Amino acid sequence: MALRVTDLKVHYRTRRGEVKALDGVTFSVADGEIMGLAGESGSGKSTLGKSLIRLDSRMRHVGGTVELDGTVVPVTDKRRMNAFRFHKISIIPQYSMSALNPTRKIGRMVGELLASRGVRLETAELERRLELVGLSAEVLGRYPIELSGGMKQRVVMVVSTLLNPSLLIADEVTSALDVSTQKAVARTLLGLRDGGLVGSMIVVTHDISLVYQIADTIMVMYGGRLAEKAPADAVATSPRHPYTRALISSLPEAGVRHADKRLQGIPGSPPALLDPPPGCRFRDRCPLAFERCAEQPPFAEVAPDHFVACWKAM
Amino acid sequence: MRRYFGRKLLIYGLTFFVAVTINWSIPRFMPGDPVQSMLSRANISQPEAVEAMRVHYTNLFGLDLPLWKQYLNFWGALLKGDLGISIWLFPTPVTDVIVRAVPYTLALLIPAILLSWVAGNRFGAFAARRTWLDNTVLPVGYVLTATPYMWLAILLAWALGIVAGIFPVAGAYSFAMEPSWSPAFLASLAQHWFLPFASLFLVAFGGWAIGMRNMIIYELEADYVHYLEALGASRRLVRRYAFRNAILPQITGLALQLGVLVAGALVTEIVFSYPGLGHLILQAIQNQDFFLLQGTFLFVVIGVLIANFVIDIVYVLVDPRTRTGMGGAA
Ligand SMILES: Nc1ncnc2c1ncn2[C@@H]1O[C@H](COP(=O)(O)OP(=O)(O)OP(=O)(O)O)[C@@H](O)[C@H]1O
Ligand code: SF4
Ligand SMILES: [Mg+2]
Repeated sequence: MALRVTDLKVHYRTRRGEVKALDGVTFSVADGEIMGLAGESGSGKSTLGKSLIRLDSRMRHVGGTVELDGTVVPVTDKRRMNAFRFHKISIIPQYSMSALNPTRKIGRMVGELLASRGVRLETAELERRLELVGLSAEVLGRYPIELSGGMKQRVVMVVSTLLNPSLLIADEVTSALDVSTQKAVARTLLGLRDGGLVGSMIVVTHDISLVYQIADTIMVMYGGRLAEKAPADAVATSPRHPYTRALISSLPEAGVRHADKRLQGIPGSPPALLDPPPGCRFRDRCPLAFERCAEQPPFAEVAPDHFVACWKAM
Repeated sequence: MRRYFGRKLLIYGLTFFVAVTINWSIPRFMPGDPVQSMLSRANISQPEAVEAMRVHYTNLFGLDLPLWKQYLNFWGALLKGDLGISIWLFPTPVTDVIVRAVPYTLALLIPAILLSWVAGNRFGAFAARRTWLDNTVLPVGYVLTATPYMWLAILLAWALGIVAGIFPVAGAYSFAMEPSWSPAFLASLAQHWFLPFASLFLVAFGGWAIGMRNMIIYELEADYVHYLEALGASRRLVRRYAFRNAILPQITGLALQLGVLVAGALVTEIVFSYPGLGHLILQAIQNQDFFLLQGTFLFVVIGVLIANFVIDIVYVLVDPRTRTGMGGAA
């Protein structure tokens, strides 16, 4: 087991109270597994990703543990966490368009970042990796403003994976790209894993159909909790959770993106995470809801490697 | 790059042109006869001197000429460095009076501006996100920036000059001395310089420190900082980048504040009777010396324009984004 997350709860402190953006999630990601992470906007995908590498000043770890390759990841310990960052766990953030210091040339920034981590910059390797994502070494001499959005995203992808992390969190790396570039980026992610440069991956996305092409498993989040996790094929062909079913059925055959737009087909809206109602979070919108759903369903393994949080799926 | 500076120069040129024109028109469109009022104020008893002045001024104003000709003549004289003759210090040319005062103003302004900017930025960046400093020193900064220059100057003059008696409160050097390069004279210069400098420095320092602190806090929440932190970059690197990026708006701030700083210096000179341009302005007003007033304003305008231009150049040198925005090499 590369990554094991147990009952992780991370809330945002706000003036109006705690936003329960991650409210007890338990799952694991195997060595070399690419896990797609899907769900509506605001369901807590980025929160989960950030919780695994760096809690920002507004995030509060309420409970739960994270283990990577058998060692506990000290998510709340700012100092000890640094040993994991970049070396073992890395992230391509959702904001990767603006993740590069605008006043530094890219090559220089990478050198300074590595130096501050006590790692020597191997220019030849860096250039090789850039080539892997279709960039010439010349981008190193440029300022971020001189690159297109897609180029910046690929630069960040190269930087983030430079130290061959065991776990890579890729947050919406394709959402800002055109369809053909999206495919190329997806293939690059696959190549990083197959080339042994990155261990496991969590690929956060709105676009189930794209992630389906590279993911081994797909996990679906809803309202700060997990709805379903299963091998990609199982999610695509025999989803068990009513929410996943709605997601999948709203996807026509091929080339369709932005699952959440089609979700407007499901009446209602996601629960407010400031003060979520008890029981199943999908209850208000679920066509199958019954009395028992007032109780929170466990995230249970209903078939080998197939986990669902729904009373109707047990 | 050349086009950018070409455009800037054009703007500065236009500003200069407008400033000179306004300057020219003030005595002309004021009620009353400026020549007559100046002559009576000049209080010169020899009739031939009065007559000489009347002829000179009427000539210079060329009041009998059409306005456009007066205007062109004014420019002609200006370009030759001829700003007329001072009434207050008759018959010294205005240019000479100004040239004598300028070093004092610069000696106050340049160190006060540069040191307060550098020290304020360093200090503000240091205080940002250090709670104890933020809570103790920051309020002091707010009080300092909110203090009018004149007010702080008077306060310092009173406390350190009159009550404590450590520093003299008037003039640029002891009245008992003759200007020379002797150590005693230089010491006297420094002693007289200190209080006006300190009052300028303190007010400006507070402003820069607060501005920088806020900018750094803003930068530390920027996406590129979050990314660096997620990758475990050292605090030093993060702070260095944040400082580098936060300094850019502070440079623009310097350009915007220049006018205020110069005005502050002029007021401070008046409080300390420091013989710079501010002092000249006061004298010129008291003595209805229009030429001196005109000349001094012109000098101040030119100085501020030049300084602004220098800051523009510096900004372009330090911010790569402006360089690419100007369509230079990609
Ligand atoms: N800094 C914050 N302060 C307060 N609430 C926050 C903050 N960041 C996120 N949230 C809330 O936490 C919830 C989960 O946010 P998160 O960014 O994890 O969503 P997401 O699934 O990544 O959405 P998207 O697909 O739009 O990126 C949302 O309800 C959001 O409103
Ligand atoms: S637990 Fe109930 S409400 Fe929730 S998804 Fe299942 S059936 Fe629907
Ligand atoms: Mg997100």
